[in-house]
Amino acid sequence: MPSTMNDPMIHAENIHKRFGAVAVLKGVSLQMRKGEVIAVIGPSGSGKSTFLRCLNHLETIDQGRIDIEGETMVTTSAEGACHYVPDAEVRRICRKMGMVFQQFNLFPHLTVLQNIIEAPITVKGMRREAIIPKAEELLRKVGLLEKRDSYPSRLSGGQKQRVAIARALAMEPDIMLFDEPTSALDPELTGEVLRTMRQLADEHMTMLVVTHEMAFAREVASRVVFMDHGEIIEARPAAEFFATPEHPRTRAFLENVL
Amino acid sequence: MNYVIDILGPLLEGTTVTLKMFFVTIALSVPLGLCLALLRISRFRVIAGLVNGYIWLMRGTPLMLQLLFIYFALPFVPIIGIKLPDFPAAVVAFALNYAAYFAEIFRAGIQSIDRGQYEGARVLGLSYAQTMRRIVLPQVIKRILPPTSNETITLVKDTSLIYVLALNDLLRAARSIVQRDFTITPFVVAAAFYLAMTLILTWGFQRLEKRYAVYDE
Ligand SMILES: Nc1ncnc2c1ncn2[C@@H]1O[C@H](COP(=O)(O)OP(=O)(O)OP(=O)(O)O)[C@@H](O)[C@H]1O
Ligand SMILES: [Mg+2]
Repeated sequence: MPSTMNDPMIHAENIHKRFGAVAVLKGVSLQMRKGEVIAVIGPSGSGKSTFLRCLNHLETIDQGRIDIEGETMVTTSAEGACHYVPDAEVRRICRKMGMVFQQFNLFPHLTVLQNIIEAPITVKGMRREAIIPKAEELLRKVGLLEKRDSYPSRLSGGQKQRVAIARALAMEPDIMLFDEPTSALDPELTGEVLRTMRQLADEHMTMLVVTHEMAFAREVASRVVFMDHGEIIEARPAAEFFATPEHPRTRAFLENVL
Repeated sequence: MNYVIDILGPLLEGTTVTLKMFFVTIALSVPLGLCLALLRISRFRVIAGLVNGYIWLMRGTPLMLQLLFIYFALPFVPIIGIKLPDFPAAVVAFALNYAAYFAEIFRAGIQSIDRGQYEGARVLGLSYAQTMRRIVLPQVIKRILPPTSNETITLVKDTSLIYVLALNDLLRAARSIVQRDFTITPFVVAAAFYLAMTLILTWGFQRLEKRYAVYDE
């Protein structure tokens, strides 16, 4: 299927995933348009991370369909057999998505700058001279240019996460996936990371953000998705979602966290 | 003192045999050990199992026995029965044996790297080979320096086992002078040589460890 302008950035349909006997995703569907910022919220263990990880093939799904920008990554036949496109194709498609983890996953043996230029050089074959100015520009954007030559162990959690964001952006993804980017941070450090993410949203980056930060979901997200027990219970524009949650489970959850 | 200078010649000759044995063994067993380690953690169950068995065999029997087997018994083994000259036979035995030990060190090192490192590399588009080469192995090196240092120092001393194949290494050279001159001085000088070699190794590994200390995990 050739991609067109009108294709959704992410089209996930009826995703099923189980770990052993435990069904973690039970038919999750989501469409994401260009420039949307979607916040995924829900109780612990509801399958938010797993859903995100299925989208960029960190986990393989058992059933369902995923298209990224109109390109099919995995489909399921009428008989229920799940079929991924060849591995090289999967990798190429997944490169349209950047990901930021709760635990940062920076490379400790590389400096901040080296962390950022590693993938553009190794994966895209870019020349150092070409990528370094761009990396420095990204570091300036996240406010860490002066940490250019530091090793990750010398950075605070908030700084690490901002480097991780810059590192993902250096690959020029069309979509950014965030899995609880501020959950491993001390409360006073979450602000700087959220500010960077807000800035990205202002630049119309397409973002799918699993978060416990209700203020961020309310103020930055265009839509909020509430997941519980492996299902999407409710997915609506942020303002509506918080003003008039429809489902009792959503209401119960919001009462708990707000 | 004059006597010491007199016996230096043969002892130095023995030392070159010892050093040759050492370097050839390192050059062969380190890459072989890395391959074994990667196979051992691969998802090809049968191969991983075979490698596991190999490591058990090599670590579970004396190096001396392996040395004697490859030199004396291998010629009588059907199909692969070849008669190796003494030095190549010793090299094969040492390389096969040390590869097993290095494989275990490398395996433990690779498996100690957090899963998040693989995922971080993967979402940036790195292939498995690129992830290993650029992200995992450089970090493994730092972690395995201490056990690798131990193993190489052991190897320096283990090379003396090749005397059973009548190779004139440092220890054998010293022993023949002892038997000729009825003095233990050659043993003392040989000990000093071994100490010098292990001192250089220790110093080299310390420098490496310092270099890798620029980053913390
Ligand atoms: N690799 C795995 N093997 C087995 N079970 C897993 C694995 N990963 C996740 N699970 C299980 O799947 C369920 C959903 O996990 P997931 O991490 O997706 O939840 P979550 O919504 O992200 O929760 P949290 O808010 O705590 O991060 C949990 O019950 C978890 O124990
Ligand atoms: Mg999670």
